[in-house]
Amino acid sequence: MKIDHSVPKEYATEENRLKIFGFWIFIGAEVALFGTLFATYLTLVGHTATGPTGSEIFEIGPVLIETFVLLTSSFLIGLSVHAMRLGNKKAMLTFLGLTLLLGLTFLGVEIYEFTTYVHEGAGLQTSAFTAALLTLLGTHGAHVTLGLFWGLAIIIQVSKRGITPETANKSFIFSLYWHFLDVIWIFIFSFVYLKGLM
Amino acid sequence: MKEYFSRFAIENADDPMIIGAQISIALVTIGIIVGLTYFKKWGYLWRTWLTTVDHKKIGIMYILAALLMLFRGGVDALLMRAQTAIPDNGLLDAQHYNEIFTTHGVIMILFMAMPFIIGLMNVVVPLQIGARDVAFPRLNAVSFWLFFIGAMLFNISFVIGGSPDAGWTAYFPLAGNDYSHTVGMNYYAIAIQIAGIGTLMTGINFITTIMKMRAPGMTLMKMPMFTWSILITNLIIVFAFPVLTIALALMTMDRLFGTHFFSIDNGGMDMLWANLFWIWGHPEVYIVILPAFGIFSEIITTFAQRNLYGYKSMVFSMVAISALSFVVWTHHFYTMGHGVVVNGFFSITTMAIAVPTGVKIFNWLLTLWKGKIHFTVPMLYAMGFIPIFVIGGVTGVMLAMASADYQYHNTMFLVAHFHYVLIPGTVFGVLAGFTFWWPKIFGFSLSERIGKWAFWFIAISFNVTFFPLFISGLSGQARRMYTYSENAGFTIYNMISFVGALGLAFGFLLIVYNIYWSTRYAKRHLTEDPWNGRSLEWATHSPVPEYNFAIIPQVDSTEAFWDQKEHGKELFKGNIEPIHMPNNSGQPFIMSAIFFVFGFAMVFSMWIVAIISAIGIFACMWYRSFENDHGHYIPVEEIEATERKSGVIANED
Repeated sequence: MKIDHSVPKEYATEENRLKIFGFWIFIGAEVALFGTLFATYLTLVGHTATGPTGSEIFEIGPVLIETFVLLTSSFLIGLSVHAMRLGNKKAMLTFLGLTLLLGLTFLGVEIYEFTTYVHEGAGLQTSAFTAALLTLLGTHGAHVTLGLFWGLAIIIQVSKRGITPETANKSFIFSLYWHFLDVIWIFIFSFVYLKGLM
Repeated sequence: MKEYFSRFAIENADDPMIIGAQISIALVTIGIIVGLTYFKKWGYLWRTWLTTVDHKKIGIMYILAALLMLFRGGVDALLMRAQTAIPDNGLLDAQHYNEIFTTHGVIMILFMAMPFIIGLMNVVVPLQIGARDVAFPRLNAVSFWLFFIGAMLFNISFVIGGSPDAGWTAYFPLAGNDYSHTVGMNYYAIAIQIAGIGTLMTGINFITTIMKMRAPGMTLMKMPMFTWSILITNLIIVFAFPVLTIALALMTMDRLFGTHFFSIDNGGMDMLWANLFWIWGHPEVYIVILPAFGIFSEIITTFAQRNLYGYKSMVFSMVAISALSFVVWTHHFYTMGHGVVVNGFFSITTMAIAVPTGVKIFNWLLTLWKGKIHFTVPMLYAMGFIPIFVIGGVTGVMLAMASADYQYHNTMFLVAHFHYVLIPGTVFGVLAGFTFWWPKIFGFSLSERIGKWAFWFIAISFNVTFFPLFISGLSGQARRMYTYSENAGFTIYNMISFVGALGLAFGFLLIVYNIYWSTRYAKRHLTEDPWNGRSLEWATHSPVPEYNFAIIPQVDSTEAFWDQKEHGKELFKGNIEPIHMPNNSGQPFIMSAIFFVFGFAMVFSMWIVAIISAIGIFACMWYRSFENDHGHYIPVEEIEATERKSGVIANED
C-alpha cells in the first residue's frame, strides 16, 4: 500500500479514499431511507384511529435530554477526530469513549420514552400513527445501537494497533456515521416532536 | 411436534405439479452433492467460486443464476399461457394461477433481469475503465451471495409453506394477513429484502468504482457508453432501493407484528403501499432498461464501425430519464382515485420520458447511417430491438394518457405493453451483451449459426406471443384472470399467444444448446478481439487474467482501443510492476448462508432461530472488522509468465 503523507492519515491510501467516498454514497442511500420513513410518518400522522395523538403522548423533558446528549456526543466525536489528526491517541480514545457513553445515555432515555408510550396506550399495534412513530424513532435508535458496537470495535482496535492509516480511516468513517445520526435526530426533533407538540 | 412442522406444509400439497417440483428439487440437490463428491470438486468449488472476490467470476455466477431463474420464470410463463390458451381450462386453479403470475413477475424482474445486468456490469465495467477490480471486492461478493440467497429463499416457497399469491406488486389489503393466509407474502417481503440489500451494496460499489478508479486520461465524458449507463443505473439503485427496503420492512411488520401501516382498520392506508412500491418500482424499470441501452450503444458502434452519434446527447438523455423516472410513479394507478391535477401532472411527466428516449433511438439510427454494418448475432438483437421497442414505447405513451388509461388499465393491453418494452429492451439487451462479451469471458465465441436461429425464433415468436394480447386487451380481457368463457371471444388471441410462447421457449432452448455446442466444438483462442471492438475490454487477453491489465492503460478518447488500432496511439506505457490484489474469503458466503437461516426463520415466525441467526450475522461483521487482510501482491515474474502464455509479450518481442 502506498501511503501519502501529505494528507491526513484517513485519506493516506487509495483504499482509504475509496472507502470514504463509498461511505458518502451509503449516507446518500440512508438519506433516501429515512426520507421514506419521514414521508410515511407525515402521511400517517393524523391516522390515530382510536389511539392517542402526538400531542397527547409527547413530553418535552426526555426529548430535550436526548437532543442535548446526542448533539454533545456529535461535538465530542468531532474533537476525537481532531485529536486523531494531532496524533494524540489518549485524547482521541477519551473523546470517543465519552461519545459512546452519551450515545448509551441517549438510548437509555429513548427506551424509557418507549416504555412510557406503551404504558400510555401507544403501542406498536395501536394505530397507523403509533406504528409510524415508533418505526421512525426505532430505526434511528437501532442505528445508534449499531453505532455503539461499531464504536466499541474501533476503540479496541485503536488502543491495540494505534493510529494507523487503517484505524484512522475507520474512525473517520464512524464519525461521519455518527454526525449523520445527529442530523436525522434534528429532523426528528423538528418534524416529529416540535410539530407534534404545537 | 406435528403441529410445529405443519407450518411448512402447503395448501394443495397433493397437486401433481408440486409433488413433481418437490421430487425434482430433491433429486437435483442429491445429484449435485453426489456429483461434487464423486468428482472430488468440493475443494475446487470452494476455492475458485464460493470464496472468490474476482469481479469476473462474480459476474459469471450472477449470469449463471440469472439464466437458471430465466428458466424458472419461463416455466411459469408457459403454464400461464397454457392455462389461458383455451376457455374454461382446468390445468391450473385460481389460487395456483395467482401464485404463478406472482412468482413469474418477481423472478423475471428481480432474480433474472437484475442479476443478468449486474453480472454483465461486473464482468465488463472494470475492464472498460481500465481498472483491476471493483472498489470493494469483498463487498461485491457479499452482494452476490445476498442476491443468490434471496433468490433461493424465494424459490423454495413453492414447495415449503406456499408461494406468494398477491401479484408482484403485492397491493394491500390483498397482501395483508386478512386476505393472504399462507406464508407466501412473508417470503416475498423477506426474500426480496435480502436480495435488495445486496443490490444496494452493488450500487455503492459501482458508483465508487466508476467515479474513482478510471484509467488515467479517462474523464467522465470519455467513458464508454455502457459504463455511463451503468453509472446512472447505480445512482438510481442507490436512491430507489432504500424506498423498497422501507416498504418491505413495513409490510413485514404488518404481517408479522400486527402493525397497521397498510391495513384498512386502525388508521392504516393501503394506498401508501401502492405509492411506496411504485416510487421504487418505476425507477426499477429504468434500472433494467438503461444498461440495455448502454449495451446496444456498444454493439451498434462496433458493428456499424462508426463512432456513436451524439455522445453527449446520449449521456444527457440518460440523465434526464433517470431524473424523470422518480416523478412518474402514480401512472401505475391512475384509476385508483386521485384527482385531475395529480393525474394531469403525472400524465405529462410520463409522456416527457418519451422525448429523451426518442433522442436515443434517433442517435442509434444515425450511428447506423452510412455505417458498414455486420449482421452478427449481437447486432441482430440490436436491430430487432429498435422497431419492437418503439411499439412498446408508443403503446406506453397511449397508457400515459390518464383519461384513456381507464380503458386500458388492468387489461392484457398493459401486459402486452410492458412485455414489448422489457423483452426487446432488457432481454434482447442482455442476450446481445451475453453473446458479445462471451468471447472476452471464456476465450471462444458462441456459434453464430445457432445464435441466428435462436434470434429469429425469439424475435418472431415474441411478436406472435404478445401482439395478439394488445387486441384482446383492447377488447376487454383483464389481466391476472385465470380463465374466461368462450363467449368472451378471446380464445383465438390467447391460442395464438400460446403458440408463440412455445416458440419463445424453443428459442431459449436453442441458446442453451448453443452454449453446449460452442463449449464443446468452437475453436479456442482465435483472437483477443473477435468483433473488432472499440473500448478497453478488448485490449486485454481473453479469457481475462486475474489482474485484468498487466499495465494500466492510458486513455485520451471515448474509443481508446480503436484509436490504438487505427491511429497507433500507445495504450500501455511503462513497465510491469507487482500488482496488488485482494484475497479470497469465505466470509461473504458464510454470512449469506446465515442470512438464509434468518430469512427462513422470519418467514415462519420462528423467533428463537431468527434471533440466534441475527446475532450470527452481526458476529460475522464484528469478525470482519477485526480481521487483518491486506491482500497480496502478484510478482512481476508471474505476470510476465501469464502474459507470455497469452502470447502478447512473445508477439511484441
